Amino acid sequence: MSGDLVPLIVELVCEVAEEQGIELDAQPDVETALFGEQGLFDSMGLVSLVIAVEQAIEERHDAAVALADEKALSQTNSPYRSVGTLAEYAAAQMDQ
Amino acid sequence: MTAPVTLITGTRKGIGRHLAEHYLDRGHRVIGVSRNASDLSHGGYRHFELNVADEKPVIDLFRVVRTEFGQLDHLVNNAGIASMNHALLTPMKTVENVMSTNFFGTFLFCREAAKLMQRAKTGRIVNFSTVAVPLKLEGEAAYVASKAAVQALTEVLARELAGFGITVNAVGPVPIETDLIRAVPAEKIAALVRRQAIQRLGTCADVTNVVDFFFSPGSSFVTGQTLYLGGV
Repeated sequence: MSGDLVPLIVELVCEVAEEQGIELDAQPDVETALFGEQGLFDSMGLVSLVIAVEQAIEERHDAAVALADEKALSQTNSPYRSVGTLAEYAAAQMDQ
Repeated sequence: MTAPVTLITGTRKGIGRHLAEHYLDRGHRVIGVSRNASDLSHGGYRHFELNVADEKPVIDLFRVVRTEFGQLDHLVNNAGIASMNHALLTPMKTVENVMSTNFFGTFLFCREAAKLMQRAKTGRIVNFSTVAVPLKLEGEAAYVASKAAVQALTEVLARELAGFGITVNAVGPVPIETDLIRAVPAEKIAALVRRQAIQRLGTCADVTNVVDFFFSPGSSFVTGQTLYLGGV
């Protein structure tokens, strides 16, 4: 399931990066770091991405997911680290 | 150019009703919210019955705003309840109800509205405080505390949302002839009015004027402010 979400998240990463004026060196993939030292986004960019992913999942998969719930915020290994971890976390939320 | 979309809570009566009619007159598409049905009938008005602090229906409401209106330009968090009682005689349930509607409701609507507004990189949020906060009004401990929380929220959100082009301000009305103050003894209201620089009751038009100011394109550099009426 998380694999299904990777293209969607990649698409949204590109959109948000463009909105934020961030130039992408390469096409994002599952390994692309979203946040942190090597990450693409600052905190504002990450907020925009997380909201965009929530809204897109709702529109395209007809499923309401909360990607910023207490569980996500308390995890030692943040689900926002990379495209892959975000896709995994979103898929797990959709399955609940 | 499409008509602006303005969401106002607490539109069944009082200031909220006045604001809804005011912005309908100005050609806005107005989304109103209250716990009960509204008798406001206008082609540009859509009413939702819900408790502003109930997360699930509020999220569902914003889903409708996104899918059916496609944008949200303005949010006015007007819904509020008051409780007049000495703190020592105030039941905990009253404190919970006041905090729930006044603060939790405002927080929830700000959060969901900002999610819509941030994509458009523009938006105006106006929250409701009261002059009872700076006047430290005795007998209104829960109400004043809830509105002080709204002011603090307004100031922090102004900073958190500035990067998205969203301004967040608050208006602090003096007593206005609405149901909110109807149960308050006349002498209490008179004493409160005497503490204002301009000593009269407020009107809905006084409040609307401030909201107009915060909404205006020229106010894009005004954020995090609470504007008190009556010179308090």
